Amino acid sequence: MDDKFAAKLRILSDAAKYDASCASSGAPKRAAGVDGIGSTSNGICHAYTPDGRCVSLLKILLTNYCLFDCAYCINRRSSNVARARFTVEEVVQLTLNFYKRNYIEGLFLSSGIVKSPDHTMEEMMRVAKSLRQEHGFAGYIHLKTIPEASPWLIEQAGLFADRMSINLELPSADSLRALAPEKNAGTITNAMGQMHERIEEAKEDRRKFSPAGQSTQIIVGADATTDASLLDTSATLYKDYALRRVYYSAFSPIPAASAVLPLKAPPLQRENRLYQADWLLRFYGFTPEEVASGGTDGMLDLDIDPKSAWALKNRHLFPLDVNTADREMLLRVPGLGTRSVDRILAARRHTKLRLADVARLAKSVKRLRPFLVTVDYRPLARLAGALDLRPQLASAPEQASLF
Amino acid sequence: MGMIRMAVQDGADLDGFRNAVRTLVAHHALPDTVVWSTANDNDLFGAAMPDASGAPAVSLPRDVADLIKLAICHSDPERFALLYQLVWRVLHGERALLEVQSDPLAHRLQLMAKSVQRDIHKMHAFLRFRETKDPDGTERFVAWFEPEHHILDAAVPFFIERFRGMVWSILTPQGARHWDRETLVEGPPAHKSDAPDSDAFEAAWKSYYESIFNPARVNPAAMRQHMPKKYWRNLPEAAAIADLVREAPQRAREMIEREAAMPAKRDPKKAVAAMAEQEPKSLEALNALIAASEPLTPGADHAVLGEGPIGADIAFVGEQPGDQEDLEGKPFIGPAGQMLDKALEEVGIDRRRVYVTNAVKHFKFEPRGKRRIHKKPNPGEVKRYRWWLTKELEFVRPKLVVALGGTALLSLTGKPLSVMRSRGPLQLGEFPGYATVHPSYLLRIPDPAVKEEAYEAFRHDLQRIKKLAAT
Repeated sequence: MDDKFAAKLRILSDAAKYDASCASSGAPKRAAGVDGIGSTSNGICHAYTPDGRCVSLLKILLTNYCLFDCAYCINRRSSNVARARFTVEEVVQLTLNFYKRNYIEGLFLSSGIVKSPDHTMEEMMRVAKSLRQEHGFAGYIHLKTIPEASPWLIEQAGLFADRMSINLELPSADSLRALAPEKNAGTITNAMGQMHERIEEAKEDRRKFSPAGQSTQIIVGADATTDASLLDTSATLYKDYALRRVYYSAFSPIPAASAVLPLKAPPLQRENRLYQADWLLRFYGFTPEEVASGGTDGMLDLDIDPKSAWALKNRHLFPLDVNTADREMLLRVPGLGTRSVDRILAARRHTKLRLADVARLAKSVKRLRPFLVTVDYRPLARLAGALDLRPQLASAPEQASLF
Repeated sequence: MGMIRMAVQDGADLDGFRNAVRTLVAHHALPDTVVWSTANDNDLFGAAMPDASGAPAVSLPRDVADLIKLAICHSDPERFALLYQLVWRVLHGERALLEVQSDPLAHRLQLMAKSVQRDIHKMHAFLRFRETKDPDGTERFVAWFEPEHHILDAAVPFFIERFRGMVWSILTPQGARHWDRETLVEGPPAHKSDAPDSDAFEAAWKSYYESIFNPARVNPAAMRQHMPKKYWRNLPEAAAIADLVREAPQRAREMIEREAAMPAKRDPKKAVAAMAEQEPKSLEALNALIAASEPLTPGADHAVLGEGPIGADIAFVGEQPGDQEDLEGKPFIGPAGQMLDKALEEVGIDRRRVYVTNAVKHFKFEPRGKRRIHKKPNPGEVKRYRWWLTKELEFVRPKLVVALGGTALLSLTGKPLSVMRSRGPLQLGEFPGYATVHPSYLLRIPDPAVKEEAYEAFRHDLQRIKKLAAT
């Protein structure tokens, strides 16, 4: 690796780290033969960086030159960061060489907008095409789609990519107008809608087009949007565009920041609570309104997780008898995950559960106790009722704050 | 019955365990009367059970068999005894035991299986190949890995599938596996010093690892939870961790304290303005795009572009190129094209002065022996090509657009209209248009009299088209 290439690699991977997604799952099962290389998996994290984030894909920008001027972005045209540009061939070779050494599951390619959205999208498409066609690469490819690019380019890119994503970035059209002057909320949602249509059509035709679906990212803390409205947006995205994931990215201070935005530590607790809330929407049968009702003024409680917050405001529904309660209600017990609930339901068919049994079926029994009744245990009335459970349920968010 | 000694191999000895279970079950041996010993145990006691490899197979539920396969890889010497307890209880009235995860034995074995699964997963994740050259010049990728459990054979199929085309060796303290692109060869336990100590790409990888880390989000505990320290010694990137963690607070503080700087360079006004005009500016430019594109339908890989003068009075839109059109790269030259030419000549329309093109630009076919059988494009495919057709007609700007057949009609209107019911003049997008049959329809009519009649009707359409385009 010569010095020039090393410098480029540093600039273009540094510029890519503000994209939260690194998922490599959801692709169809596939393996190359002797003449190609690679296979798909259920998602493997090949390393973890000291921010606790997984490194699954080579997440990189083709270039960080950009004609757009989005205030929250390190690569906006008015930023003073060092600039660099990879050739299509350089990205292809880097991906293959990392892959052969078992460093990565594949590539997540994004780019600043140079010359035009079409020109940029075409170069990205060529990287994916070369990997697939010239090198028989069967690993994972995620392409960040440029919503302003022409439909036929996106159509072609989808032939080679496992996942396509379009970043919503800011949850409201007003924020977008203020902070990302070249972007247009309508263009972004249109592009998502078209992507959804393409994916659905391809499924009907048994054709491959971005088979792992589409995802998006919303920046949290760069504008005044409340959690309730963020979750509403997400629920709509999941419902109307069948998104696989919505990623929340706490707005992070960036080198060479814009004067428009507040410089402070990223709101990591808030980001973590939003992910937990998002989970409740997707897997636990909660509505956005129910989740938001656990907090105050549309903001989630930062001290306790959103499920506990909801349970504390709905104490009259607890305690539940673990031996008779239905699945929907068990999923609402703080501390019970989907897998624990499934195990409880399976075990219940053969035996009556005691507290020690529940302890083996769930991750931790401490948080569950005030909410459950077992054959040999019933929470004290004052525990289930009057006593404030908040301190007992308070949990440090997984992503601790820096200061 | 006194104590019974069962000998199995150390490691994931599934065959040995299976034989032992068959023997013990055949002898109705209670679990607490069995002492399990591995080959390298010295404190043997109890009576050895006579070999009964002829004992009948034991039928176990699927989930139990799957659990045994995993838990047998665990490093805990107690695994054989625990698994035999499980088998015994499953055979004696508790067939659904594994559904009762609250049972202490089921719970413990499940945890063991999970630990093994995690170890396999971590081997897939954290094993790192280094490139070397064999004496004969073969490029070989070699890895050194230290698993926690006896998982080598369980973990290796993943690497074969993924790196089938590479020559590689995986070295572990439990043994080695060598792959030569065709066969897997077993080797004896290895040492770390048997593997190469560097690789030309490790500097790039470490540099990537350092750069993708965001110091404003430092959280070493979360990192260690997923990537425990025991793996670090064999991970080249782990050498960067200490510095990254130590410098993070300072780097983050600097970012926050730094004042927003004015842009050092002038605003690239011209480039920003030019960016908005990315659409192709001419038919030529559009055609270059179409020609360079991947087919959006399965079949031929070259596009057949439209043909004729810009500003032509009439633009004919067909379905898609056929076999002959694809081979020669020109629209409407096969049998249907010849039929169209004949009719045009008879009504006095000069083919050289009209524009002809197709709704779908690639020949969609199914190979049947040496022949390529035409396949009708489906609505999704027609839709994907629609952007191009719309643009194309914007450049040609004909007075009249003629839809030949249902596919053209679908593409031009976006609706699945019946050709026979729409036949005649109609608006096609922003153009005055006319709908009629595709000439290939005429070719397919078997009855000569009906065919003649249909051809007459087609000629009549062309006469009306000629008149409409002249006004």
